[in-house]
This record gives sequence, C-alpha cells and structure tokens, in this order.
Amino acid sequence: MNKLLFLLQKEFKQIFRNPTILRMIIIMPILQLILLPLAADYEVKNITVSIVDLDHSPYSNRLIHKIDASSYFKLVEYSPSYRKSLKTVGDGKTDLILTIPRGFEKTLIKENSAKLHLATDAVNGIRGGLGSAYLAQVVGDFNREIREEWLVLPRNSEIPQIEVTSANWYNPYSKYPLFMVPGILVVLVTMVGAFMTALNIVAEKEVGTIEQLNVTPLKKHEFILGKLIPFWVLGMVSITIGMVVAFVIFRILPVGSFLTIYAFSAVYLFGVLGIGLLISTFSDTQQQATLFAFFAMMVFILLGGLYTPIEGMPRWSQILTYFNPPSYLIKIVRAIYIKGSLFSDLKNDFYILIAFAIGFNGLAILNYRKRMA
Amino acid sequence: MMPEIVIHTENLTRRFGDFVAVNNISFDVKVGEIFGFLGANGAGKTTAMKILCGLLSPSSGVATVAGFDVYKENERIKENIGYMSQKFSLYENLTVRENITFFGGIYGIDRKSLKIKSEELIQRLGLGPEADKLVGSLPLGWKQKISFSVAILHNPKVVFLDEPTGGVDPITRRQFWDMIYEASAKGITVFVTTHYMDEAEYCDRVSIMVDGAIAAIGKPSELKQQFGVENMDGVFLQLARGAKRSE
Repeated sequence: MNKLLFLLQKEFKQIFRNPTILRMIIIMPILQLILLPLAADYEVKNITVSIVDLDHSPYSNRLIHKIDASSYFKLVEYSPSYRKSLKTVGDGKTDLILTIPRGFEKTLIKENSAKLHLATDAVNGIRGGLGSAYLAQVVGDFNREIREEWLVLPRNSEIPQIEVTSANWYNPYSKYPLFMVPGILVVLVTMVGAFMTALNIVAEKEVGTIEQLNVTPLKKHEFILGKLIPFWVLGMVSITIGMVVAFVIFRILPVGSFLTIYAFSAVYLFGVLGIGLLISTFSDTQQQATLFAFFAMMVFILLGGLYTPIEGMPRWSQILTYFNPPSYLIKIVRAIYIKGSLFSDLKNDFYILIAFAIGFNGLAILNYRKRMA
Repeated sequence: MMPEIVIHTENLTRRFGDFVAVNNISFDVKVGEIFGFLGANGAGKTTAMKILCGLLSPSSGVATVAGFDVYKENERIKENIGYMSQKFSLYENLTVRENITFFGGIYGIDRKSLKIKSEELIQRLGLGPEADKLVGSLPLGWKQKISFSVAILHNPKVVFLDEPTGGVDPITRRQFWDMIYEASAKGITVFVTTHYMDEAEYCDRVSIMVDGAIAAIGKPSELKQQFGVENMDGVFLQLARGAKRSE
C-alpha cells in the first residue's frame, strides 16, 4: 500500500511535468467538441439542381419556384436541354437534373398524372440519395397542393390521401450537436484511458526504467494500480472538461443526472485502461503502440455507433459491436443526455461494462510479466 | 570459517531457440567480494546477470542469490539485490531528490528514514543545489554515480552493475570505483560487468566469458600468472581471440 503511494506520487509528478499530456487533456476535448459536431453534420444542404424546363407552363413555373424556395436546393442553371445539363454534372457543378417534359401541364390536367425525369449524380451516394429523396418530397407537396385546389372545384371527385407526419421525440428540433456531443465525450475518455496508459508504460520500456522497476520487489498489482489510477483520474477530468465545454458552447446539459454519467464512465474507464495495459504488454516501442492504438480507435469509432447507427449495420457487424466497449457507453451517455435515462434503465449495460473491465484487466495482468520467460 | 557464499550457480544455461546465450556456467561469489564479470560483446554477460536478477528465466541449471532460488523465489531475490543497468535507469523528468525518494520508497524504506538517508546521500555526493534539478539536466558521470547510490540505498546483499562506467571520463571512472570500494567495505557484494581491463584489475576476482561459457576464473594476479602476461588486457586478448561470436 505504502509502495503504491510512492508510485502514484511519482506518476502524478511526471504527468504534471509533461506538457504534451496536459495539452491533450485540456485542448483535445475543446477542439473535438467544437469541430466535430459542426463539421460532421448529416444534414445535406445546398444540393445543386439544374432544371430543364421544356414545358414553360404556369404549372412548371410553380414547381420550379417551389424547389427554389426550399432551403435544401440551390438552382444553379436553367438549361435548354438535358444533354447540356449532363455536362454540368460531369463538371461537378450539379447534383441533380430535373427535366420537365413538354406538355407536362396539359397531361397533368387531362390525364390526372404526368411524368417528371430526375437524374442524380451518385458519386457521393449519400448526397445523391438524400437529394433525390428531398426532391421527391417537394414534388409530392406540389402534387398535393394542386389537387387541393382542384378539390375546391365541385366537379372533382375526392382523392383519398394518406399523409405521414412525423414527430421527433427527445430531440425535437433534431439538434445535431445534442446527438454528437455525448458520443464525442466517450471517444475522449477512450483515448485518454486506453492510449495514454499504453504510451506511458511503453515509454518506460523504451527508456529502460521498466527494467529498473522489474528488478525491485514491487508487486505486479502495485505496478498496475500505480499506472491505472493516475490515468483513471485524468479520464474523469477530461470527461468533466468535456461536459463543461458542451454546456458553454452548445448549451447542452444532460436531461439525466451527472452522477449517473460519472458512475458509468468510472467503470468504463477501468475497462479501457485495461485495453491500454494490454496494448502495452505486447508493444515494445511507442511507435508500435501508437499504430495499434490508431487501428483500435478506428474500429472503436466505426463500430461504436458514433456516426452511423448500429441498427443500420449488417447483422454480422452488429454482432461485432457487442464486443466493442465504446458502443455501450455511447449509447448510455446519449440516453442520459438526451432522454434522461435513469441508472435503473441502464442496469444491464452497467453489468456489461463491469465485465469488460474485469476481462481486459484480467488479460493484461496475465500478460504482464516482471520476468521474461 | 569458510566465507559465506552469496551467489551460487551450477551448470546455469539459457537458450533462445537454437542459440545458447549462456552455456553451463558454474561459479560462486563470496560475501563482500567485488566480482568482475568480463567478456566480449555478445559473450552472454548481460543474459547471465539478468537471470541472477530475476529478470529472465533460466533454461536449466541451478542458481541461488542471497540464498534464494532463481526459479521459485525470484521475487525474494529482488528484496536483497540492487541493480544498475547498462541503459541509464533513473527518471530523467524527476529531480535527484525525487528519484531517491521514489526508489527508496519502492524498496520499502519508510518516509522518515528516507528523508534522512537522501539528505545524507546528497551531502556525500556533494550535490547540494543540484539535488532539486531534473536528472535529465545533469552530466552522465553524475547520473551514474546517483544511479549507483540509489541502487544500494536499501542496503542490499548484492549489487549488480551492468557496465556502469560506459562512456565516462577516466577521473569519473576512478571516483566511481571509490564508491564501489566503499560499498564493498560496508559488506555489500559487488557483481560488475565491464569492458575496461584496468577496471578488471580493481576486482577481487574475475571471470571471463567467451561464447557463453566461462573460459577463466580467479584473482587477477593468478590469471596474469597463469597466462604469463603482465596485465588483464593480455589475459583477455588471449581468451577472446578464440571467440566465434561477435556483435
């Protein structure tokens, strides 16, 4: 116990003397929280549209105005021919081409339906897909409007209409930062926990001081606790800074309690510290540890549901996310922040995090040797 | 009365795959002795020393240090030895005083006596104002002296020194050897590897390793007589010439 105190004293002194670590802990949360929610936005805006109006009728005009009025689209060109428009797509100036065929209005009135042609640049699949979906919605609106007008005229028979309305629960205005910030907090804690620990231990290997420790009667568990506790504290500090930044910049506060967030983060951190320790047991240089950490971080984030919803993944990769600790904490912190979930709602996840903590640390302890075989 | 034996090895062997780094070495070191462990680069000195310190498992053979078995009681050995590695092993971003406190604490010295001991040590080394400077800012010779002092702070039975004087000037080396003599006078057994043959002359006894085996062992005067040469350099050259391994 006494030896552990000496070890902790040494670790904290070294941490406070290392400007890189302090900068990481303070600047990383601020930068990530400011940049990521603003830059990584799912909403696709400013979709460029080129319109080929071959009808030049009041109805076609009305449709064009409607598209122009939508905030999603930017009309960049009225083109006399589809062929000409296609060239602008090739130049990357246009995402969508809407062609209104000759006789659009006449057919619509006479035959009660008319065709439009929509071409999409699918190089960026998300942009193209969302763009054509948005445009289809605008056309649908337009269709409804004119039919409502017709309805006023008594000679028209009624048209059954089904309208889908949607309501966003918990995040009524679909505020993007509210969705991203909790996830980024988890990424932060993971980076501090896993990679700073790994790099710290591997640095001692590189310099040779670990050999000096291994030749002392210091117990394995004392060494491991002496390394884990400081980074556990740093992790808790960095999540605190992150939550403060989230409030100051985005005015985001959890609906649920801070205490619940801390309780889950505390257990989670021990798990990722175990990952860090494990990485350090099979890396001999900081370069190896960094490369491995980089790879692990990609997997953590991609399989964590930070950017892409886990429910949208294929089945096999959904199963992989069960073994990815960040996927749990991202889900948990989002639930606490956005829905105000209580500890009791998330109890099962708590047990899973405990299992991760025991598992990773157990593996690391088994793998850590004071003496080479 | 026979002098007590503090390090004992018998047919100690360490293999790395097909490579036999340490091949059947047997020797004893007596309490209070300064034992020089010589050999060319790659002869197996460091490997043997690591086994004795409990940093590396032996492949076969017998070895005890301070009466404890290297196979089963390696953690007990660690309570009784000090170790100064080839690589410099103090924390560069801690001050001299902090390093002393840390390593002393790890060896179980309580804070009160630690304070007295470190004060004493700083006085003896004449460090004064340097005591609160980061170790990284001190010259190499200083670092090695401090390193050695830290390695014997807890009064171990044996101190293992792996090329402790590499890269320092002759005056500092001489001072370093004074410190070794002092430690030996206090009853600490010194087990030292070196490349400097003038240092070999300072040892009570030396062994010379060639290709993983011990080629000669004895007092420097005996060895010089045995090989009919004037200094240890001559002894070493005669033995090392037959070596097949090199770096």
